[in-house]
Amino acid sequence: MEIHRQKYFGKFGGMYVPSILETTFDELTQAYQEARSDPAFWDGFAQYMRSYSGRPTPLTFAENLTGYLGGAKIYIKREDLNHTGAHKINNVIGQGLLAKRMGKKRVIAETGAGQHGVATATMAAKFGFECEIYMGEVDVKRQRPNVFWMEKLGAKVNVVKDGTRTLKDAINATFRDWAYSMETTHYVLGTACGPYPFPEMVAWFQSIVGKEAKKQILDVEDRLPNHVYACVGGGSNSLGIFSGFMDDKDVELVGVEAGGLGLDTGKHAARLASKDGKIGIAEGMKTVFLQTEEGQMMETHSISAGLDYVGISPILADLHERKRIRFEAATDDEVVEALRLALRKEGIVPALESAHAFAQAFKEAPRMGKDEIIVINQSGRGDKDIFTVADALKDRAWEDFIIQKAEEYRAGR
Amino acid sequence: MLEDRIRAARKRKRLLLMPHLVLGYPSFESNRELIRTMVESGADIIEMQIPFSDPMADGPVILKANDAAVRNGVTTSQCLAFAKEICALYPETIFLFMTYANVPFVYGLENFVKVAADAGILGLIIPDLPPEEGAEYLSACERNDVAPIFLFTPTNTPERLRVLASYCRGLVYCVGRTGVTGIKTKIDDALGAMIQRYKSMTTLPIGLGFGLQSKKDIDALPKDVDIAIIGTKILTLHNEGGAKAVGQFLRELAA
Repeated sequence: MEIHRQKYFGKFGGMYVPSILETTFDELTQAYQEARSDPAFWDGFAQYMRSYSGRPTPLTFAENLTGYLGGAKIYIKREDLNHTGAHKINNVIGQGLLAKRMGKKRVIAETGAGQHGVATATMAAKFGFECEIYMGEVDVKRQRPNVFWMEKLGAKVNVVKDGTRTLKDAINATFRDWAYSMETTHYVLGTACGPYPFPEMVAWFQSIVGKEAKKQILDVEDRLPNHVYACVGGGSNSLGIFSGFMDDKDVELVGVEAGGLGLDTGKHAARLASKDGKIGIAEGMKTVFLQTEEGQMMETHSISAGLDYVGISPILADLHERKRIRFEAATDDEVVEALRLALRKEGIVPALESAHAFAQAFKEAPRMGKDEIIVINQSGRGDKDIFTVADALKDRAWEDFIIQKAEEYRAGR
Repeated sequence: MLEDRIRAARKRKRLLLMPHLVLGYPSFESNRELIRTMVESGADIIEMQIPFSDPMADGPVILKANDAAVRNGVTTSQCLAFAKEICALYPETIFLFMTYANVPFVYGLENFVKVAADAGILGLIIPDLPPEEGAEYLSACERNDVAPIFLFTPTNTPERLRVLASYCRGLVYCVGRTGVTGIKTKIDDALGAMIQRYKSMTTLPIGLGFGLQSKKDIDALPKDVDIAIIGTKILTLHNEGGAKAVGQFLRELAA
């Protein structure tokens, strides 16, 4: 029996989709491929990103960090300066325009850290879609401010209490919604994961980051960087910036996963940088997952909700296997330290997710020559992490403030 | 083999009953008692689900049972050994496995199909493994005489149904509405038309599932339906009233 295998990136990817969703995926694939071959679609998207999200985002020379670390020249791509504070909006506006083209009335999405949920709720408000967001109970607890904004933007936030109550369970819950709402609804998947065409489509919308970054570094330095660093959860910001340099073989690409409490503790989310990842099939794709010997998906750990994911983009799994991208991991402690340094030296506030890329770059930059150039993708801003960061820094004044605030609320009830 | 067994059973009975259970939930001991009750109460085919941490096509009731079984540490090897024991105990009853693609993939697809076949399992339902992704699976099924069962759903185009039918063996698992397991299917003329559409695509026996709730539903099923598949309702009854409640319900349906 001969069956043609397609939609694969090397041996990863595919469309492991229940029968009920097959027609929906066919429609989506067709709409995506039509949009992709229509230059006017990309132009319209780029225009929207300029007028609504403030693109192009700057490439900032980190003069003080460069001097402090004493090695390579450090540039930072400022995705934190997007509207809604992260690169997530790029993909969301792209899919929103596609959903409009397809005549959908409602959008649904999963979210981990909440950045993708906020971006989707924002897009829905702007485009006039009805919106529901699925978010794991664990993530709701650590990212309450994002839940607040999603609700204020008019989205309904569904708290997912199944399984590990994190991102993967939110993805499953969103697929379940889609299995009976597909006629009116588009699923705005937030990362370069899931069944085809999502990995490729999300990477395509995020490639706007890499296109800009390449032009910007050539403008100021008249040469390409030696190394590019990005944090890796599902893989959308890293694929975004890496895409600009993918064909430039001399540019080293470094993906930084969540090392959590350390790779030897089992409490991390490093699928490729650790030895714990194994090829498997879940969430509609074949890729590397953190799973048990029995093929059950495991609980992952990271200080950052956005990197706390059991699988990884099939495109990244393939690029890892082909050795185009080097994968490393930064621990929770290293990340908090990197965040502290970025704040003090450059006056920037990277999200805990993005701070993983900073942490790895900070480890390696001092060993590099002064003639080398590195670009770090600051995928998002850290304001949303104020509770987690304050805890990590054991900030007593903040604790006192929260206690006082709680007492005020209690007295007012 | 599965198709022949179903046709033989169908000669004795207008409508076959196919209840479902999750292996290792709440325990294998409880599964034993439940299966004995099912067999004694008129079940013709029993669908045994090997639990998975991420059952994307299941609704909340079956999902919770999967979560619990996974947390209990249920292994694929245990499920295969259990199937061997049960198939030997009830040779007149047809047993199928339902699971998600990662379970056999990690166990070793070829080996999984072979061990399941040796245990006496006659068919496999893997909702997230469409034929395009299942070349190895399909050939393993063919070699081991196990039926790969695919789902016909209301959203599939006639072209797609034809493709699914060409790979499907034993029976077709028909879904009467969109959505995941556990939501009620409306039994009406539209359902009758849908079943006719399915029927025109295949000569295999027709099983209808996803949301059958009562004797009334079963009695009103279009005559083209050969098998009533009952999943969530059985699990809910079992959660609330144990094997006894399931037995009572099945006897009512079989009456």
